Amino acid sequence: MENLIALLIAAPLLGAAVLLTGGRRLDAVGHWIGTILAAVSFVFGAILFADLLGKNAEDRTLIQHLWTWIPVEGFQADVTFRLDQLSMTFVLLITGVGSLIHLYSIGYMEHDERRRRFFGYLNLFLAAMLLLVLADNYLLLYVGWEGVGLASYLLIGFWQHKPSAATAAKKAFLVNRVGDMGLSIAIMLMFTTFGTFAFGPVLGSHEKPGLVEGASEATLTGIALMLLLAACGKSAQVPLQSWLGDAMEGPTPVSALIHAATMVTAGVYLIVRSANIFNLAPDAQLVVTVVGGVTLLFGAIVGCAKDDIKKALAGSTMSQIGYMVLAAGLGPIGYVFAIMHLVTHGFFKAGLFLGAGSVMHGMNDEVDMRKYGGLRKYMPVTFVTFGLGYLAIIGFPGLSGFFSKDKIIEAAFAKGGTEGWILGGVALLGAAITAFYMTRVMLMTFFGEKRWQPDAEGHEPHPHESPKSMTIPMIVLAFGSVFAGGFFSIGDRFLHWLEPVTGHSHGDSPVSALTVTLATMVVLVIGVAIAYAQYGRRPVPVVAPRGSLLTRAARRDLLQDDFNHVVLVRGGEHLTRSLVYVDHTLVDGVVNGTAASVGGLSGRMRKLQNGYARSYAVSMFGGAAILVAATLLMRAV
Amino acid sequence: MNPVNYLYLAALLFTIGATGVLIRRNAIVVFMCIELMLNACNLAFVAFSRMHGNLDGQIIAFFTMVVAAAEVVVGLAIIVSLFRSRHSASVDDASLMKL
Amino acid sequence: MSFPLLTATAALPAIGAIATAAVPAARRTAAKWLALLVSLATLALAIIVLVRFDPDGARYQLTESHAWIADFGVRYELGVDGIGVALLALTALLIPFIILAGWHDADPLETGSKRWRPTQGFFALILAVEAMVIISFEATDVFLFYIFFEAMLIPMYFLIGGFGDRAHAGSDEKAAAQRSYAAVKFLLYNLVGGLIMLAAVIGLYVVAGNFSLQEIAEARANGSLDMATNTERWLFLGFFFAFAVKAPLWPLHTWLPNAMGEATAPVAVLITAVVDKVGTFAMLRFCLQLFPEASKWATPAILVLAVISIIYGALLAVGQRDIKRLVAYASISHFGFIIMGIFAMTSQGQSGATLYMVNHGISTAALMLVAGFLISRRGSRLIADYGGVQKVAPVLAGTFLIGGLATLSLPGLAPFVSEFLVLVGTFARYPVIGIIATFGIVLAALYTLVLYQRTMTGPVKPEVSAMPDLRARELLVVAPLVVLLIFLGVYPKPVTDIVNPAVKSTMSDVHKKDPKPEVEAAK
Repeated sequence: MENLIALLIAAPLLGAAVLLTGGRRLDAVGHWIGTILAAVSFVFGAILFADLLGKNAEDRTLIQHLWTWIPVEGFQADVTFRLDQLSMTFVLLITGVGSLIHLYSIGYMEHDERRRRFFGYLNLFLAAMLLLVLADNYLLLYVGWEGVGLASYLLIGFWQHKPSAATAAKKAFLVNRVGDMGLSIAIMLMFTTFGTFAFGPVLGSHEKPGLVEGASEATLTGIALMLLLAACGKSAQVPLQSWLGDAMEGPTPVSALIHAATMVTAGVYLIVRSANIFNLAPDAQLVVTVVGGVTLLFGAIVGCAKDDIKKALAGSTMSQIGYMVLAAGLGPIGYVFAIMHLVTHGFFKAGLFLGAGSVMHGMNDEVDMRKYGGLRKYMPVTFVTFGLGYLAIIGFPGLSGFFSKDKIIEAAFAKGGTEGWILGGVALLGAAITAFYMTRVMLMTFFGEKRWQPDAEGHEPHPHESPKSMTIPMIVLAFGSVFAGGFFSIGDRFLHWLEPVTGHSHGDSPVSALTVTLATMVVLVIGVAIAYAQYGRRPVPVVAPRGSLLTRAARRDLLQDDFNHVVLVRGGEHLTRSLVYVDHTLVDGVVNGTAASVGGLSGRMRKLQNGYARSYAVSMFGGAAILVAATLLMRAV
Repeated sequence: MNPVNYLYLAALLFTIGATGVLIRRNAIVVFMCIELMLNACNLAFVAFSRMHGNLDGQIIAFFTMVVAAAEVVVGLAIIVSLFRSRHSASVDDASLMKL
Repeated sequence: MSFPLLTATAALPAIGAIATAAVPAARRTAAKWLALLVSLATLALAIIVLVRFDPDGARYQLTESHAWIADFGVRYELGVDGIGVALLALTALLIPFIILAGWHDADPLETGSKRWRPTQGFFALILAVEAMVIISFEATDVFLFYIFFEAMLIPMYFLIGGFGDRAHAGSDEKAAAQRSYAAVKFLLYNLVGGLIMLAAVIGLYVVAGNFSLQEIAEARANGSLDMATNTERWLFLGFFFAFAVKAPLWPLHTWLPNAMGEATAPVAVLITAVVDKVGTFAMLRFCLQLFPEASKWATPAILVLAVISIIYGALLAVGQRDIKRLVAYASISHFGFIIMGIFAMTSQGQSGATLYMVNHGISTAALMLVAGFLISRRGSRLIADYGGVQKVAPVLAGTFLIGGLATLSLPGLAPFVSEFLVLVGTFARYPVIGIIATFGIVLAALYTLVLYQRTMTGPVKPEVSAMPDLRARELLVVAPLVVLLIFLGVYPKPVTDIVNPAVKSTMSDVHKKDPKPEVEAAK
């Protein structure tokens, strides 16, 4: 069975290779090749899943060793895959949502002349993402990690004739590279500490930790913090979150797949996978929760102020991943719930993005929500599926988000002590803001009066429902958004499934589960009510009002970009410019100066050779005289 | 007469010759001055020969005369050909070695 | 006596160079084909060497030894170890691509131009460089090595000064002036280095009494040749200085951007991917083997210089406006990594450094040659003159991106393996230096992606709108390099297998053992 694991990756990789090197001949069928290979990968995933289910909980780990990758004295990296419950969960999410989004893209990218290439990149992404979650050591994970970064770079910049898209792509890659630096240092630390960076020997299992037990807490904290830096980059957590908003320059299916459902959750995967390291480094765990908590609020606040529907959703993604990171930082209390929220979020956020894409498709690619309004009449399917996703994300009772988010808030309180109260409070506050901004998106888009106007050339948008290839994936994802949470939670199915890998403890909550649920409901209602008062009862102005200081700051991503621009970009420009100057004048100057002074000296010496026989005679007589004088002097002495 | 006086005379002649070489521009004069220096040396040699009572100095003087004669042949030839090409016998006009 | 295989690998291109130069001027194309065939035959010989080489056998294999200048103990001694054979193969591999890429670089200029461009000379000089570089990788006699280390400057000088890039800003005269400045700078820098090395070579002879690397290294190892500490240090510095100029290490680097900027792209590849490798190779072979104690003594200072090279080269690359100078500064950064790996004195570092030499050769060749194709189309080296090329010439842009990604060491491509090994090897002994060097990977992404963004993306500039995509000949150059980059990124084992035993010997030369992991795996 384990021989199938490589095929999971091979199928989309083959697709990418064929589509990217195939040339124009494949233009007509390229999208189908891509979609079918994604589906093939999903089928392999399903077969493996069935196989795992047939085994005992303890035996559900498959290892496939392919070849020795880097063999050097004392250093060994293998191409080995590990399929356990955690990676299985991701495989199903990635290939499942991935296949749906491939299908959706067929319709969405229909009029793009480079559609074949788009599918090639999507397949490349799938392969890299699967490699990321299936790798059995950190270095191989790193390959997938940067592979998804590359795919993300290519897809954000897919419409690269737009300078904004090219810049956004570059920014995403660069910010991620800062995170990658963390991963790279973490691997180096592991190597010097343990002599290996394979999951098995280093991490062990949650009952029986591996080499990590022998290491000092300081080292482990160092490794954990570096892993966190990596996770911050990939999962758009503060302080490396600035790329995600810009990444919305990419086509919408990309935003749905990469920047909502899968790639951005890789950071959470990394933390949960490295649970045994974090468990032994409580200081690092605290930092993880702080990062998660801050990002949760940061993303939510940004999401409240954006008028661009995709950027509002991007803020929301950031905030939801903040929840997951927060949960992952809680340790064994939270790991399972982090992953559960990750999966349900994968469904509803992908659905929301596809819905947004569908709206844009019908609105001539308009993204400003202030120019929507009343769309529910024109796009019923989109409205219903988007609405279900909306209810799921705000945590409407019974839907997916309710189960998963509620558990995280509970777990945050269960952390205990002041810490628990603060984290729980932040999570609750986040839930309220989520309810506010998502209601705002919903109201501005689908309710109220129509606010669109003819564009500069006089074309008025004619909102219409999207084709079947687009609505079917939305419907499937809406099903997931509605039922996944309940399915997972009934009888703690998800908990039992994942527990053998991550471990689980209940913690000691100062408040009962019921209280938490009630409190969540209350803040939810408050959030929805405020949003309704602001955007439902009053008409939405087409031109954004100036807004308060906070609103204006939030529109500019809470000024992080401005900070980056002033400190990093400007500072960097000055640094490089002055270094270029230094290299030219100082380093090169020393050399050229030496050359010039030698030249100058020779120039002066040359003047002695004036060609007059008499002056040569003078020097001869002078020399002779000096010689005679010297001889006499020597004799006298 | 004291032979040392001949040495003084030789030194005087040599100095006159050397000064002439250094400050005159006419190649013929320069050439004559060189001859003057050579003959000053000859005088010194002969004087030394007399002072020391052997013939070495006188023999050297003959050598010098032979060399001087050869030099005159070559030197005059150079000067004549220089004069032909430049219509001048000034040594400063022949500064081809200057860059 | 067996067939002198190593001599043949160097003699073939040398004879080829003479033959190419002798082709009459009218038969220009024949000269090109001759050069290409000779380089391919050399590659075939190199492959035979590679096959005949047994990684687990003796340290130096396929050895040849003949008396040469008996009075001074100079011998004609050749032999390759794993490191030498890898670089020999790299050189033989790259030359055909360089020749093919430079197919039209030395064609006579359009009528009316007075400048004379001997086409055959261009290809003959490339083959001459190949011969000298190959023999430098093979020589196990210090004097023999020195001769060819210096001699290769002469053909390089003519290649840089005589066959410049046709794309330049300003007049012909200005370009010629810049070119001769670059060529003279290249020559002077390397001559000064060589001169100091010559003094050290003579000093070594005075101390050791012969020039044989193996004899001296053996005598040093078993203690029969004792050097005073100071003597060893001075000799080491003499050798190291020459290699550091060639490599080039900060602050001796400024000749490289000029030389690479003014030369044609294939010659720039020849400089950075082939000739400069002799410098780093010689550090591993001569500095560490002959002067182990002095090498250890100088390690901290060299590591600091290497790290400065990494960061400084990358920062300057960000600030460049000229595509080729940008690649040159990127190379300076990469050479910093190689030198850091060598002097980290760990197995990972040194294996990584050797691998890095090979991978850097391939990746720079890919990036620089595509950049050359790009420049030849538009006639400008300035980044600002391009924009939107991706839309017009997607294959060119795609290969350019792959070359760029290799330069920024994307995992999955060959340079990542070597860069990570170097970093991990350095980090194991010198954590702080390792971490600072890691910043280089962010800067590498910055300069590569900025270059790509400014040239390839955005609105199509009118000047590039008619730009043709890669032609068959150009694709033939780039495609194999790209395939190699991916293959060696996924499966570097063939190279590491050859390199590892040689690195092990080098490590034992300097009496260094890898640091043990803090937590023993024996648990």
